[in-house]
Amino acid sequence: MIALLKRDLALSVRAGGGFGLALAFFLIVVTLTPFAVGPNSATLSTIAAGILWLGALLSCLLSLDRILALDYEDGALELLATAPIPMEGVATIKALAHWLTTGLPLTLAAPAFGVLLNLPPEGFLWLTISLAIGTPALSVVGTFGAALTVGLKRGGLLLSLIVLPLYVPTLIFGAEVARRGAEGMAFETPLALLAGITLATVALLPFASAAAIRINLR
Amino acid sequence: MSERLPRPTSLWEYANPRRFMAFSGFLLPFVAAGTVAALVIGLVWGFFFTPDDYRQGSTVKIIYIHVPSAMVAINAWLMMLVASLIWLIRRHHVSALAAKAAAPVGATMTLIALATGAIWGQPMWGTWWAWDPRLTSFLVLFLFYLGYMALWAAIENDDTAAELTSVLCIVGSVFAVLSRYALVFWNQGLHQGASLSLDKEENVSDVFYWPLLLCLAGFVGFFVLLILVRTRTEVRARRMRALQARERMT
Amino acid sequence: MMPDLGKYAAEVLSAYAVTIALMVGLLVISLRQSAKTKAALRAVEEARQARKAGGQETNG
Repeated sequence: MIALLKRDLALSVRAGGGFGLALAFFLIVVTLTPFAVGPNSATLSTIAAGILWLGALLSCLLSLDRILALDYEDGALELLATAPIPMEGVATIKALAHWLTTGLPLTLAAPAFGVLLNLPPEGFLWLTISLAIGTPALSVVGTFGAALTVGLKRGGLLLSLIVLPLYVPTLIFGAEVARRGAEGMAFETPLALLAGITLATVALLPFASAAAIRINLR
Repeated sequence: MSERLPRPTSLWEYANPRRFMAFSGFLLPFVAAGTVAALVIGLVWGFFFTPDDYRQGSTVKIIYIHVPSAMVAINAWLMMLVASLIWLIRRHHVSALAAKAAAPVGATMTLIALATGAIWGQPMWGTWWAWDPRLTSFLVLFLFYLGYMALWAAIENDDTAAELTSVLCIVGSVFAVLSRYALVFWNQGLHQGASLSLDKEENVSDVFYWPLLLCLAGFVGFFVLLILVRTRTEVRARRMRALQARERMT
Repeated sequence: MMPDLGKYAAEVLSAYAVTIALMVGLLVISLRQSAKTKAALRAVEEARQARKAGGQETNG
């Protein structure tokens, strides 16, 4: 399993792997936001936490179809299906690799982008923490969506349509933590719920993803 | 479909496509008649013969379409969930096809509930749309229906599509419930004072009760009727594809 | 016959119109699909029957 993780990481960092694409997309979303809502810094600072969460979510979405599609095309997924590790393990590793190459860089970059959007100083810590806790759920749910659509020729748009409604709870609680943190309000409840959703998805969803992969390989 | 079949001994035998076709064909006219009767009587009674509410005026008449469509919208998803579970556990094709047939009906009902809600909300709250948890949940439910239908439409192999959409339906149900509670939390967190209480059922008085009940029955009948018709279509389409595939083989 | 809908006539009528349009639309689409598949299936089955009968004749 470690070998699989290393291989996936190496593949995504290599040219054409899509590493950095998500970050660039995130930066573009953040740059375009003031053009859309105006340069008023008070407005920007109230919506900063939400925009950063939405931007991170959309950037995450961008690279989802790469999680499984390449392995499906070149047959590596079928090899993995016959390998001694269970498919649930493969799904978990794939999600972990996706998080390490997308969710983690986004989390680390978010405070820097927060400066661009005039995020209040108190908000930085909680934005980073909420993203760190929330993005694993995005990767795991995304892996499930990728597993559902892996057999399709042009699954990208469909993948977004399926995955985005599933992102609703994570987005709500994540953005709530970030916003309350920025406004200095109590944020323990959404934080606990956000962590609960992440833990539950990490624990349970790989089973659904594995089932979907098996169906697609049949 | 005309051959005589032995009497069924268990409910599961209706999962046999031939048996389902025979039984649903027999049932169809009765469901249709009942639906038409309940809908016509309920809507005419509600529209022409109920008084206006003293607060809401004549807009209260929208309740006869708004509440039933909302109820069917939610229960259609529930039915899809049950059908998906049956398909995954007992592998009855009719069950998977019934889930497929239910999705567009559920989506339409969600749309009706949203549209009538907006039209009702405009004069009552002065806005077409508010990010009230209940309204927002319906919008999210609509998105779930769209994703589910898109997945069915995208996959060519019937059995693969049935399996994958069933998995999606089950996972989606969990997330739909999660979203519902997340939205309740989210709205309370946002504007504590502004409460648009939508609990219409609570202040329904007796005058509105019976026509509303009839309309509910009518909408449920409409749902059942469409499920039967659409499932029969799917069963036939499936048989046709199977026959064509067999002919290509020989 | 028409009840007095007061100042909300437009709202009530448009709500009913939207609902009826959507429901009738869905019903028409479903029935048309049903008729279409029914006819197509019959065509396929008849072609199959005919071929079967033809095959038996040549055999016999």
